[in-house]
Amino acid sequence: MKAVVLGGTKGMGRALSRALAADGHDVWLLGRNAEDLARSVEDLKARSPSVKVGAAPCDLESPASFGPALDAADAGLGGFDTVAVTAALFGTQDQLEADAALLQRLLTVDFAHTVLFCEAVRTRLLSRGGGRLVVFSSVAGERGRKPVVLYGAAKAGLTAYCEGLDHRYRAAGLVTVCVKPGFVKTGMTAGLKAPPFAGEPEQVAVDVLRAMKRGAPVVYTPAPWALVMAIIRMLPRFVMRRVGF
Amino acid sequence: MSRPTPPTLAGWGLLERPGVECRSEDLAALTRGAVLTRGLGRSYGDSSLPPPGTLDVAGSVLADRVLAFNPETGVLRAEAGFSLNSLNRLFLHRGFFSPVTPGTSFVTLGGAVASDVHGKNHHRDGCFGEHVRALKLRVADGQIVECSPTVEPELFRATLGGMGLTGHVLEVEFQLARVPSPWIVYESERVPDVDAYVDALKAAAADWPMTVGWIDCLSRGKNLGRGILIKGRWAEAHEAPPEPPRTGPKLAIPFLFPSWALNPLSIRAFNFLYYWKHWQRRRAGLMTPDAFFYPLDGILHWNRIYGRRGFTQYQCVLPDAAGRGAARRFMDKLTALGGASFLCVIKDCGPEGTGLLSFPLKGISIAVDMALTDRTQGIVDALNAFVIAEGGRIYLSKDAFTRPEDFRRMEPRLDAFLAVRRKWDPERRIRSAQSVRLLGDGT
Repeated sequence: MKAVVLGGTKGMGRALSRALAADGHDVWLLGRNAEDLARSVEDLKARSPSVKVGAAPCDLESPASFGPALDAADAGLGGFDTVAVTAALFGTQDQLEADAALLQRLLTVDFAHTVLFCEAVRTRLLSRGGGRLVVFSSVAGERGRKPVVLYGAAKAGLTAYCEGLDHRYRAAGLVTVCVKPGFVKTGMTAGLKAPPFAGEPEQVAVDVLRAMKRGAPVVYTPAPWALVMAIIRMLPRFVMRRVGF
Repeated sequence: MSRPTPPTLAGWGLLERPGVECRSEDLAALTRGAVLTRGLGRSYGDSSLPPPGTLDVAGSVLADRVLAFNPETGVLRAEAGFSLNSLNRLFLHRGFFSPVTPGTSFVTLGGAVASDVHGKNHHRDGCFGEHVRALKLRVADGQIVECSPTVEPELFRATLGGMGLTGHVLEVEFQLARVPSPWIVYESERVPDVDAYVDALKAAAADWPMTVGWIDCLSRGKNLGRGILIKGRWAEAHEAPPEPPRTGPKLAIPFLFPSWALNPLSIRAFNFLYYWKHWQRRRAGLMTPDAFFYPLDGILHWNRIYGRRGFTQYQCVLPDAAGRGAARRFMDKLTALGGASFLCVIKDCGPEGTGLLSFPLKGISIAVDMALTDRTQGIVDALNAFVIAEGGRIYLSKDAFTRPEDFRRMEPRLDAFLAVRRKWDPERRIRSAQSVRLLGDGT
């Protein structure tokens, strides 16, 4: 694979980039901060000296950055065939309810701009016969739930987009993998109380890499979350109204 | 309404204090104004716990990037949260290993520097700090400072073994050891008593770069301190099997054992079996580095066998000047105090290193684990009195009970350390539960 990872300097994106490089795939990192990108490039080079690694600036808050970033990745990798989007904003329900500006940013970045970025990737990949698009959504998008009403709504939209995209374009060669991580211990969730089955980013990376190779349309990770969400999906509305999760 | 219980943090000994670990990939930002930074929390006592009255400590583990590696020279620079476990996983198959490693690989570079860790090769290669070329620290006033043996050398020396009190370690540059193969050639022997054990350890030091051993501290009389001495060296390429060592699946202790699980009887049984499992007088062969360096890393959360009450490890070093019988006198003292230990590890140390508060000195290091009881403080006090009389000292990374006056009596280097700390952190903003206890820092 020749993979582009948006958000590859932190959290699950960092773990996925390392797993891709360790598995022998070339990796191009996209992110907001040039110095941070440079440090992650050095990290990947030191870990996996035999693969090609590079980086370019890209900011989900600024759709104008998408085209030049993908151009740079295409030039650097000699045409990429895989793109993973791990970047997103996060806020707790309380933070988002209290701060409309933060809410607007989050809804814009996590849904609207993420879809715009994926659309830019879609046209590129389809123009060369297809490829893989891996989008990190969340289990928060599975049901409307009290602790993640707003963040979950953005992720629900993203999940629906991924499913539609996969149905519409898989025959044309574009495989869309929707990743639904449960609680994973990253910088994003630092300070939140970890529930049972909280996972590590390295485990997520292993699961996602396997799903990418298989072309699985949906992957719950770490694995126990598939069962947890299967139950939550089946709970009747009157139960969801009463429970706190 | 009942108030929610405050969150707690614990060291490896499971001794809990109110505290919260804040993690971020951006360690430089995270440490701005932070009271303390911790890594993987493998120090046993209270050195990685916040001082009373403060909850937040910075956690370095997400800052785990390699920043530069030169395969020609073996010099590596990485963020402080990078662990020796990752290091060995990434670089062993490329012919490099950590120059010094403690008995667990779950230690960050920042932690290895703060504890100035030592290992089975101490008699040859000294502490971790001897292989460090440069450090980047966030010091108490907020500045970021690069130090090395030649740049701000006093700050550098005080940081090696300084328990994180001189500044938050952000980056570490150090020299990896080149190894001829990813396998260890080992030889182990059964030794009948503690004096013979210490003699064998000293004799082995001349021929073997790595030595360590375990002794049974429950047998009495002529069997006192019988044990198993393990010697090792890296296998040459022609001696090693063609395949790389495989790491087996790890076991994990899934829950806290009930506190009665470890009692004098079960500990005695374990020690008896462990000794006689080595029924041959001498064994030799090849071992994986994981099995050789990190036998306990194969069991995740092994500290849970002590149950909710937790445990402590008492580790001291007795100088060569204390004479040949020092280890036996220690064992006699421990037996008299009733400090039954599941594990007792004895290792000879080479000369004192660069670090101002670095633990080892030329002599014999003894480490014993003890479940916490009402008597623990009294046992530690009595052992400290013995160690002071013998001219030895304790290892701060294991300690949770030593009294400040005892620490001062065993640590003539303390004033030099405090002088450096005064210069860089006159208000003692960077502090820990341990520094409040031992150095009298305000809370």
